[in-house]
Amino acid sequence: MHQTFDAALGINLLHVNQTGADHNRAHFDEWEITCLNVMSSPGAGKTVLLERTLDALRDRLKIAVIEGDMTTELDADRLRQYGAPVIAINTGRSCHLDSKMVAGGIHRLEHDYNPAEFDLVLVENVGNLVCPAEFEVGEHAKVALLSITEGEDKPLKYPIMFQEADCLLITKMDLAPYLDIDIQRIEANIRQLNPHAAILPVSAKTGEGLEAWFDWVQAQITLCRRPLEPVSAIGVNAKEFLTEQPVTTEDPAANDQEPAIDWILEADS
Amino acid sequence: MHETDMTKALIMTVRDWWDSQPERPPVEKIHLIVGQFTCVEPVSLQFAFEVQTRNTFLEGAELVIRETPLIAFCHPCQQQYQPDIGLRYACPTCGSPMEDIRSGRELKIDRIEYALED
Repeated sequence: MHQTFDAALGINLLHVNQTGADHNRAHFDEWEITCLNVMSSPGAGKTVLLERTLDALRDRLKIAVIEGDMTTELDADRLRQYGAPVIAINTGRSCHLDSKMVAGGIHRLEHDYNPAEFDLVLVENVGNLVCPAEFEVGEHAKVALLSITEGEDKPLKYPIMFQEADCLLITKMDLAPYLDIDIQRIEANIRQLNPHAAILPVSAKTGEGLEAWFDWVQAQITLCRRPLEPVSAIGVNAKEFLTEQPVTTEDPAANDQEPAIDWILEADS
Repeated sequence: MHETDMTKALIMTVRDWWDSQPERPPVEKIHLIVGQFTCVEPVSLQFAFEVQTRNTFLEGAELVIRETPLIAFCHPCQQQYQPDIGLRYACPTCGSPMEDIRSGRELKIDRIEYALED
């Protein structure tokens, strides 16, 4: 007789990626590295922001870049000029980086350098406002860019990205006088979805707002290293930006688990 | 097309379950719960599933997707509301930001239906 049975699974569809992301984060924590996942649509200015960041912070922080935007090798080459290691990941035609791809980058960092020397890993994700938002890669915080040429409605149309971000950079502010755009409207649209993220208007061209961004980055590093330090110890700028922001979502118990070695080895092949 | 990757993850998860079953029963249906406030398009998922399961142990299995609506809870108003995705997320009564999402973020393999002959 033919009988139908039921098996309850209740497993998150993204659990494989999530496990990999937790594993990556455990590596970063072990090396006391802060990892930021930088995301935006294509052309919003991720690479130039990283250029300015590497240039401004290279004396203060040891930074590595995991570069997922492989449409051209030019991005990686642009960043290499600043002396930081840039690990390019072959994303193929994938629309986002996943934790397994980033694991490959982390293993290259471990193999070619002494990872404990680094303070910060910047992951430049594939240019896309949709998919990267759902795939954690092991970051401590998410950074999203929206250039003012993209329009005020984008936070409403691509809500997951703007809801998930811990820091939102409104870029290309130098173009504001030439555009019919309401910056406050952009901020208000973001705030509908995300009341706590830092919103920083910047221009990589003129340097406007970049100091606030550098302070935010510096604050993430301080917070990741000393998660129990009160926010008031970090400085006025950072305090303003970090109100109620979740800093380390890491469950300490998760780090005690045996890492999935077979999974990670596969990522290297 | 991240639905391709998600389908791959789905098939791997079901495969793990299937391998753990001594009878290796034919899978008839896979029930998914997909929230409307995710980056997943059910139609793309169906298409990817159909293509990727061809000539595998899941050939012919049906993917049943149940969508859950986006529902948020406004703490100042102490009430639930359904935001207009793409238009407005703040509370329609008091304008507070959408902070507490009660439904719509699900991406879950809920259950599997399988057949056994006896």
